[in-house]
Amino acid sequence: MSAQLDSNPSFADYAHPERLVSTQWLADQLSAGLPDLVVLESDEDVLLYDSGHIPGSFKLDWHLDLNDPVTRDYVDAAGFAKVMSERGIGRDTTVVIYGDKSNWWAAYALWVMTLFGHQDVRLLDGGRAAWAEEGRELTREVPTAVPATYPETQREDSPIRAFRDDVLGHIGKPMIDVRSPGEFSGELLSIPGYPQEGAVRGGHIPGAKSVPWGRAAAEDGRFKARADLEAIYQQEKGLHTGDDIVVYCRIGERSSHTWFVLTQLLGFDSVRNYDGSWTEWGNAVRVPVASGSDE
Amino acid sequence: MSSQIPESLTELVDDFNELAVPDRLQLLLELSDELPPLPERYEGHLDELERVDECQTPLFLAVEVEPAGDPHGTVRLFFHAPPESPTTRGFAGILHTGLDGQTVDIVLAVPDDVPFSFGLAEAVSPLRLRGMVAMLGRIKRQVRDQVVG
Repeated sequence: MSAQLDSNPSFADYAHPERLVSTQWLADQLSAGLPDLVVLESDEDVLLYDSGHIPGSFKLDWHLDLNDPVTRDYVDAAGFAKVMSERGIGRDTTVVIYGDKSNWWAAYALWVMTLFGHQDVRLLDGGRAAWAEEGRELTREVPTAVPATYPETQREDSPIRAFRDDVLGHIGKPMIDVRSPGEFSGELLSIPGYPQEGAVRGGHIPGAKSVPWGRAAAEDGRFKARADLEAIYQQEKGLHTGDDIVVYCRIGERSSHTWFVLTQLLGFDSVRNYDGSWTEWGNAVRVPVASGSDE
Repeated sequence: MSSQIPESLTELVDDFNELAVPDRLQLLLELSDELPPLPERYEGHLDELERVDECQTPLFLAVEVEPAGDPHGTVRLFFHAPPESPTTRGFAGILHTGLDGQTVDIVLAVPDDVPFSFGLAEAVSPLRLRGMVAMLGRIKRQVRDQVVG
């Protein structure tokens, strides 16, 4: 049984308001003690959850839990079922994910859960920072889950995930590069202030438009209003909700945030996240690369 | 190899490796909690500190040799990273506990791959350990520069 939707009027304009919850809604649900709602924290920093988290929430680490430890791919059906089961999540459980960095890793976790077809997965608007800034409780107490039964479900990658060959065939169609302007132009090989993750070439995929992911977030880390988002993606970049679009970044995390904005908030029908992103493209032999800034 | 590593560091290596993987994260969190704040003379002067960009969240690092320039002097380490970056702070805490107050010779002899000795690769992923490798590299380079320069 799914949890109630958050009827917060600020979500009403979005294409899929059921994908967002507010801090107040979550606090209310937690104090009501709903049985089939599980809260997950997904951060860039693997210890941030341990330093204090929303009471009752579980850690979901993008690297240790969602990625296969050997092959560069996500976990398989059995691995995902285990990760869900250990956190008390069943196939019908309402899952709310929040995290640091304006939810960029939370959006990545939501996107991976969507690959596995989990239906009711939502983001806490504003993420960890919004919750903390409102002075709401954080605890170091790690809850004990009652393991749930989660069916081993095969991932369905093709609707929302693009691979290198798909992207090669997509050149000429709409593409959004969500990295920083310096990474897009080729001036920087990695995100400013981040580890050099080993791309031997800088630049972007020819034809991609530059829309750094953070433009979709307001100052407080919450998503911008629909009209403001439309002004960026539709008016400024000329995208249409019916377009076939590929988004990418460095490893697919920041572009998950944009994937969420386009599909869930603006109602775009066909957006695929290229998780190989620049760490694959910037190392691949003889793929076309463009340098310089947008327009 | 162990003869090159100061006891303060080998003790930490043992402490980490004796623990089950989830408990290693707790120890890393303790080291993050216990990382000493910057001394007053560095407060408000972050721009004068070395920025370790290889950490996911930038870490600021200051290295001092006492007496200044003495090739047999004592190394002092100062770090700054926000509480929202406990992993980075924990890595700094390991290096602070292990290397602060050691002599120049001992710090320079620490093997560059020592960050992989704590059994943390499986707890935080090898990718994230690069941040500690970079911190150690920059500490050693600063010590070398200060002694030669």
